[in-house]
Amino acid sequence: MPTQRHWREIPQRYRLEGNFCPDCNRYFLPPRLVCPGCGRKELTPKKLSRKGKIVTFTVIRVPPKTQELKTPYPVAIVETEEGARLTCQVCDCEPSELRIGQEVEIVFREVMREGKTGVIMYGYKARPV
Amino acid sequence: MVGIVGYGAYLPRFRIKVEEIANQWGNDPEVVKRGLRLKEKTVPAPDEDTITISTEAARYALLRAGIDPEKIGALYIGSESHPYAVKPSGTVVAEALGITPDVHIADFEFACKAGTEAMWVAHNAVKAGEVEYAIGIGADTSQGAPGDPLEYAASAGGSAFIFGRNKIVAEVLHTASFTTDTADFWRREGAFYPRHGGRFTGEMAYFRHITEAGKMLLEKAGMRPEDITYVIFHMPNGRFPLQVGRMLGFKKEQIEPGWIVPEMGNTYSGSSPTGLVATFDIGKPGDIIMLVSFGSGAGSDGFIFRLTDRIDEVRDLAPKVKEMLDRKRYVNYATYAKIREKIILNE
Amino acid sequence: MREVAIIGCGMIRFGELWKKSLRTMFVEAALKAIDDAGVDRIDALYVGCMTSGLFVEQEHLGALLADYLGLAPIPAIRLESACASGGVALRQGFLDIGSGNSEVVLVGGVEKMTDTDRVTDGLASAADQEYEVFHGVTFPGLYAMIARLHMEHYGTKREDLALVAVKNHKHGTMNPHAHFQREITVDQVLASSLVADPLRLLDCSPVSDGAACVVLSSLEWAKAHGKTPVKIIASAMATDTLALHQRKEITTLGSVVESGRKAYAMAGVGPDQIDFAEVHDCFTIAEIVVSEDLGFFKKGEGGKAVREGLTGLDGKIPINPSGGLKAKGHPVGATGVAQAVEAYLQLTGRAEKRQIKDARIGLIQNMGGSGASSVVHILEVV
Repeated sequence: MPTQRHWREIPQRYRLEGNFCPDCNRYFLPPRLVCPGCGRKELTPKKLSRKGKIVTFTVIRVPPKTQELKTPYPVAIVETEEGARLTCQVCDCEPSELRIGQEVEIVFREVMREGKTGVIMYGYKARPV
Repeated sequence: MVGIVGYGAYLPRFRIKVEEIANQWGNDPEVVKRGLRLKEKTVPAPDEDTITISTEAARYALLRAGIDPEKIGALYIGSESHPYAVKPSGTVVAEALGITPDVHIADFEFACKAGTEAMWVAHNAVKAGEVEYAIGIGADTSQGAPGDPLEYAASAGGSAFIFGRNKIVAEVLHTASFTTDTADFWRREGAFYPRHGGRFTGEMAYFRHITEAGKMLLEKAGMRPEDITYVIFHMPNGRFPLQVGRMLGFKKEQIEPGWIVPEMGNTYSGSSPTGLVATFDIGKPGDIIMLVSFGSGAGSDGFIFRLTDRIDEVRDLAPKVKEMLDRKRYVNYATYAKIREKIILNE
Repeated sequence: MREVAIIGCGMIRFGELWKKSLRTMFVEAALKAIDDAGVDRIDALYVGCMTSGLFVEQEHLGALLADYLGLAPIPAIRLESACASGGVALRQGFLDIGSGNSEVVLVGGVEKMTDTDRVTDGLASAADQEYEVFHGVTFPGLYAMIARLHMEHYGTKREDLALVAVKNHKHGTMNPHAHFQREITVDQVLASSLVADPLRLLDCSPVSDGAACVVLSSLEWAKAHGKTPVKIIASAMATDTLALHQRKEITTLGSVVESGRKAYAMAGVGPDQIDFAEVHDCFTIAEIVVSEDLGFFKKGEGGKAVREGLTGLDGKIPINPSGGLKAKGHPVGATGVAQAVEAYLQLTGRAEKRQIKDARIGLIQNMGGSGASSVVHILEVV
């Protein structure tokens, strides 16, 4: 992934800066310009909470090239305290110990890197509390 | 008065036992454990490095400081495992904490002393009145060549300290540094693992620099070892800090709270700073705490702190070192070799 | 809108076609379809293909394939909606003729998937690159997360998923164009390697090369020229959020519900009037969810329906008589058109051993990504 593509996403990936539609009570990460629910254009910036729970999850055993060293690794859809959802890896756990509804905290980790000489891309992952 | 207003340590959850490494290389585990006074060490997850460890430790420090991150005017990270040779670690951490762009950033490297170096500069930036708050971090995912005695100790973790003038937790009473050019341990540009001078790293490097810096510091403070409540030295293994403490006239009880190396290993730039956090975790208002680091090359930085009443208010706002040491998951040597990238793969 | 019909079809056997290039596969399938339709004119070409740029580094397929068919200078374009690319190409042909712009159109789908070692990465480009794929999720992973929740909410069993694969492999044995023409057992599915828990290798459609084509004309033209038309009585498409996590519900595919609802309204029929369906079973769980979302079964009862044999060739609603993506193979861009090929064969009584008796109305459903786009067509015997 070209470095500029990752760089553009830094506020979202490092700090969970999304936004929120007060009419629909929906959260967006990345922030959107238009609410897909009601078409509202004035959306409220919102930094998502770092606490959440697992909505559903899987364990990736046939990975994309960038993740081969970490395989097998769990991936989950996480719902944060306010009800926003995001997809991310679950770290520091035995996959067999994961459950739907499990409480997690969002931590800062390396998500991918471009081989031994490329740029290292950081972002959010979930970790069982 | 300038002092620490918030502090935090971060340790990975994976561990490897000394036995596991000793058996891999055909050494007697009991002899190694006794000789180095080590039980196990932390191992970073495959997605952890100096940047992520620094970020988590700094986040905990912010929780204890309770300040607006944007007020931090300087951020310094000391490490000998910065993920990039060229490109700072500090920018990532600052961006993750939300303290950019009005901030001064530098990465430091001075073997295992880089962390206290970052603390020293952060402290002085505040003292000089240049910035309201400054953060100094020591963190490492230490490298030790497979089969080298260093491998038993080289571990991962780090600690962050926010310096400021208001709501101080630990006042900085005195500092001192002792530095010479002594090549006892080094890593050349492009080399994967460090090399060292074997027993030369002891007497002429570790012991000389720490005792000289320690004496300078006590003299400056007009204090004797018995005036100090607790003391922390750099911990390359379990034996050295106890020994250097004896040489300076300290008792084991003064060293023990920060002597976390048997279960943590040597987190290099994060070693004595994390020992300091572990001591803060149990300290009481009024306690005098002395820290002397050591970095090969070689030099030592010394600090004397005095805990304020605020320590009791902030202690429980973030995880303590003991809690992080107790939450662990063991890996075997093969997994360790894989996640520490000691196995040659096709690109 | 004018009435539109399929008047001929052709496809090559799907599989790992080491000796055939993308253009060769397409031209072979197209020539069969043109021959089957018996036409000597093609006014336009629409090709569905998902990611030839990534898989074989070839874009600009419209011009390339028109050229190799000897059809230049007709207008020719390639359409992309991930795995629903074939379906949207069919819909484009339908709209072109329906609007009165063209009279006879060739619609095709093609994918060459075995020329690359980056299939997983290529397919993943149908998901949200920055907010799903960046985090290491794969397509089996997205459907696995749907499966886990479906099992949790509705009590769908792991064996129910396996039974979808077993059924579709059985159907595949009767389809000479299927990639896999051998039966498998539930035990074999459950013993196959995990790809993304709880999905195993035999829950996944294979990586296949292939091409499929149909010829469309207006119904009026077909009748005037003595063709064998099957009328397209509905063509509908719907979309949803690209990222699975942004949907209100994870176990209901909104685009499938909506494209089905629109298609039923357009055709004036309901799910109980459909004689058979070809649906997008890229993974076993997908067939179960889609069979619910198209209204064949109540929400949550798709697994039970498979268990009770309701979706077999002689069941209440036979699903994927061709073998589906699971057994017939899933050259992604070709899939939506291959579904039309099967429907045309079934509705003209040419489906041989897998022929569904008295089939008069068939539904085909083709889906992109984790359900961010869905295309439904309903076809009827004239």
